[in-house]
Amino acid sequence: MTDYLQDLATIRGIMEKRTKFISLSGLSGILAGIYALVGAFLAYRVIYYSENTVYEAYINGIWSVEITKLLVIAFSVLTLASVTGLFLSMKKAKRLGQEFWNPSAIRMVTSFLVPLVTGGIFVAILILRGHAGWVPPALLLFYGIALHAAGNYTFSDVKTLGLLQIALGLIAAVYPGYGLVLWAVGFGGLHIIYGAVMYFKYER
Amino acid sequence: MKKGFLDLDKILDNRIRLSILSILMIEDMVPFKEIKESLGLTDGNLASHIKALEKAEYIKVYKSFIGKKPNTEFKITKIGKKAFTEHLKKLEHLISQHKK
Repeated sequence: MTDYLQDLATIRGIMEKRTKFISLSGLSGILAGIYALVGAFLAYRVIYYSENTVYEAYINGIWSVEITKLLVIAFSVLTLASVTGLFLSMKKAKRLGQEFWNPSAIRMVTSFLVPLVTGGIFVAILILRGHAGWVPPALLLFYGIALHAAGNYTFSDVKTLGLLQIALGLIAAVYPGYGLVLWAVGFGGLHIIYGAVMYFKYER
Repeated sequence: MKKGFLDLDKILDNRIRLSILSILMIEDMVPFKEIKESLGLTDGNLASHIKALEKAEYIKVYKSFIGKKPNTEFKITKIGKKAFTEHLKKLEHLISQHKK
């Protein structure tokens, strides 16, 4: 009898290992894109309509109000997008009758967070050391790598999205002046397209 | 109770073959090497179990080439899916009977 129980346990183990996380919400992708576009617009206004030249002050080691404002915008967009994503994905999991924190979800989140947190710390170091120009390509690159890694455990479309973000990150590294535009394209445009594709492909 | 009697499917009353089918229930066209590595088997061992499953028409074997390297992939058949589901049902039944 224990043999049969073990047979079942083996099957269960294999299936859990190979099952993909399918509760990821497409709608949350669209919303994250919209937040990012609003954020990029606000950041644009902070940079181009401020009285002092933000960048010059920054490279001279002066911490201006504008820098704080930019960081607040970036952080708010990130928090809002994460909370929306989590909330809508949990709702979708419930609707699909799936457990949200199943083994594949945990694997997906860890493989996503390792590159992302590394990138976050790296970017913080860049800012503190006065290399803010490298922040846009660095964030796009690390975010793309994180998505590509997480894509192994969920819809393969996430992998494609990751590769596109990496491509934008590399372009941003070559043309530092277009950092904000490429950010808007990556975090805004690509998320909206991705979310729409996911929504129509899997959720309707 | 010992394993192997009752009317269990002889082909699936083997943990390795059952594991191979579990993988193929979820994914189509899984390469030989991937199954071998994920179950920790040797080439010969996996090949013999594959042969048994193929003979029972539970799986289909697809051979192709990637460059000059031969590439063998497997897919579960309708018969295989049915056998797997039924085998699971029997196992569950056996276990629930035993608990009573």
